[in-house]
Amino acid sequence: MKKSVFLGTLAAASVAAGVAAAGTLDDVKAAGELKCGVSTGLVGFAAADASGKWNGFDVDVCRAVAAAVLGDGSKVKFVPTTGKTRFTALASGEVDMLARNTTWTFSRDVDLKFEFVGVNYYDGQGFMVPKALGVTSAKDLDGATVCIQTGTTTELNLADFFRSNNISYEPVPVETNAETQAQYLAGACDVYTTDASGLAATRATFENPDDHTVLPEIISKEPLGPLVRHGDNQWGDIVRWTLNALITAEELGVTSANVAQMSGAAGGNPEVNRLLGTEGDLGAMLGLDKAWASRAIANAGNYGEIFATNIGEASPIGIARGLNAPWTDGGLIYSPPFR
Amino acid sequence: MTDFSYVRTEMLEERPAPTSQTGIVKWLRENLFSSVPNAILSIAALWAIYFTLSHLLPWVFQSSWTATSLKECRASIAAAHGEGTTGACWAVIRERYLQLIYGFYPADSYWRPNLAFIMMLVALAPVLFNSIPKKFMLFTALYPFIAFWLLWGGSIWLPISIVAGFVLGYVAMNIISKQMSELAGMIACAIVPILWFLFFAGSAADVMQNIIPISLESVESAKFGGFMLSILIGITGIAFSLPIGIVLALGRQSDLMIVKVICVGFIEFIRGVPLITLLFVASTLLNYFMPPGTNFDIILRVIIMVTLFASAYMAEVIRGGLAALPKGQYEGADSLGLDFWQATRLIIMPQALKISIPNIVSSFIGLFKDTTLVSIIGLLDPIGLSTNIRADQYWNGIIWELYGFIAVIFFIFCFAMSRYSMYLERKLQTGH
Repeated sequence: MKKSVFLGTLAAASVAAGVAAAGTLDDVKAAGELKCGVSTGLVGFAAADASGKWNGFDVDVCRAVAAAVLGDGSKVKFVPTTGKTRFTALASGEVDMLARNTTWTFSRDVDLKFEFVGVNYYDGQGFMVPKALGVTSAKDLDGATVCIQTGTTTELNLADFFRSNNISYEPVPVETNAETQAQYLAGACDVYTTDASGLAATRATFENPDDHTVLPEIISKEPLGPLVRHGDNQWGDIVRWTLNALITAEELGVTSANVAQMSGAAGGNPEVNRLLGTEGDLGAMLGLDKAWASRAIANAGNYGEIFATNIGEASPIGIARGLNAPWTDGGLIYSPPFR
Repeated sequence: MTDFSYVRTEMLEERPAPTSQTGIVKWLRENLFSSVPNAILSIAALWAIYFTLSHLLPWVFQSSWTATSLKECRASIAAAHGEGTTGACWAVIRERYLQLIYGFYPADSYWRPNLAFIMMLVALAPVLFNSIPKKFMLFTALYPFIAFWLLWGGSIWLPISIVAGFVLGYVAMNIISKQMSELAGMIACAIVPILWFLFFAGSAADVMQNIIPISLESVESAKFGGFMLSILIGITGIAFSLPIGIVLALGRQSDLMIVKVICVGFIEFIRGVPLITLLFVASTLLNYFMPPGTNFDIILRVIIMVTLFASAYMAEVIRGGLAALPKGQYEGADSLGLDFWQATRLIIMPQALKISIPNIVSSFIGLFKDTTLVSIIGLLDPIGLSTNIRADQYWNGIIWELYGFIAVIFFIFCFAMSRYSMYLERKLQTGH
């Protein structure tokens, strides 16, 4: 049976291959769904609920793009990818875009031939220690045992940090994040290190979160953002400006609650009008219609709303905006103007 | 009359054996306390069991079944059993057990995998138990196509046209081997189905679908997950690796140079590579070889790789069985005038397979457990799903409950397989 299906599939594939050369936008429109690569499960960023519906910060970015392009934020096929399969999935066309907590680095952008369209979350590696240890700075950690996930950039950052500060540490290598949590709670290591968002999410699950503290040092830059393949600039622009539309909407006070009313007729703020398509025709330049951005915002709200629902201080994860506040509030979230 | 008064005239009542020689006391004395070192070990073991259970049982039973988040679980356990009690949060299993079993399969179609599973048991019955008439094997042969259609849905004519290809091949072999030579028949048997699949199968299915449309709603592979995925990969791998393994083992012993080299090369190559590497080939490398935009089903790719992997191991297990057969069996078969296939089918294989049963079943169990490796390439098998469930902000932090549940289910399946192999060994026991 398998052999026959194999051959059948190959035969079908060779027919399908002729069609696939068109642009990603056309492919997505033809398929009627956006194939979006997400994490197999990362608290607050991507997770499926009991009915199989995906939720999360990265997931909402996918949905916003689907809403802009296809007019419906539910027309997304989520493809769970692991740290090891994500880049091939994107490069081979298995997914149209990747929104999977991926750090924007030189080699990924240049050598792997991807295009990071922006940053949707500024993360950085931090440390968590039990309060009982009495440590207030990462520089006091001389001789500490550190639980660390193997094969990640966090492992390399850690080595760099301790070497440059000339202090010693003893790594306890573990394979998965769940294992790291269990080891840390069992006291197998003094320090737990991973991205600050991960630390906050993990700390929130502890029975006594107040017994643990996150140290002030952030030892690496981890700008996380969605990415697409090199070479299809129109598609890259669509994803980039969808993300920018969410960010701009927060800055201009456009929310999921008032976007419908504001898109109805041109208002007093020309940039809002351009964003929502009541003035000018920015959508046509992207190959979309006028209302693309208002649909993207209506789907799950602007950047601030997406942040608040999934990982913000009111959610069980409780991450403060910090670096991810809009630039007007002293953060780094900044979009080029819609003009 | 002589006085025989010292002779007892009536029998003594039977008395119960001394307490030290019966029942539980005897058993304890003989098995647990027969010597001082034994007694020490027994007490140590009892203490270890007590220690484990005294920690495990409260955790298992002082639990919460109804909460909707980890926080709520902790609160309700603290409320019911006192502050500071740690208990299992089984509520996560209650909320997610369907997901752990079916993955993201549409809920209104759960009857399809259920039916496929029941039919699988029916299809396995004639293979597993001798008492069932052999004509049921026809159903077993058709089962893969039925299961494929049930699980993935779509038009019924696609699996039927694939079956038709095999039937055509069989018919062609019969006709041509009668008209021409047996070799030509074998070649026709291989070529006719391939031609059919490449050029006619798809269009025939379409035509029939237009005439008599019968179809189930299609379910894409991305929705497969949980134990359904494990069982699907495991059973397919098991079912196909045995015949392929037998062929490879025979090929390896063959006198035909090319056949032998191909079989040895295949076996050694596959055995020399870890399964996870093959899975990565299936999930990532194949994508580069195929034209962009190709959608060659990921589950199918994984099943093929797992089957190839299991076949190589199976071939070596069976070769072990072949090597263990006394040379006299081969010579005996020759002296009866049987040709190679007859000897293999009637004399060699039944004995070699019997010898290999424990190892074959070990391979099966290993293969079934290895299916959890697919979580590394992003398929949501039970382990992959447990990561996903833990990523839910309400359940983040739950570890043991999920792993425990998965372990219990795996244990049930593996234990059943192992008991069946013991039954089979007893049944086939011919030693004296």
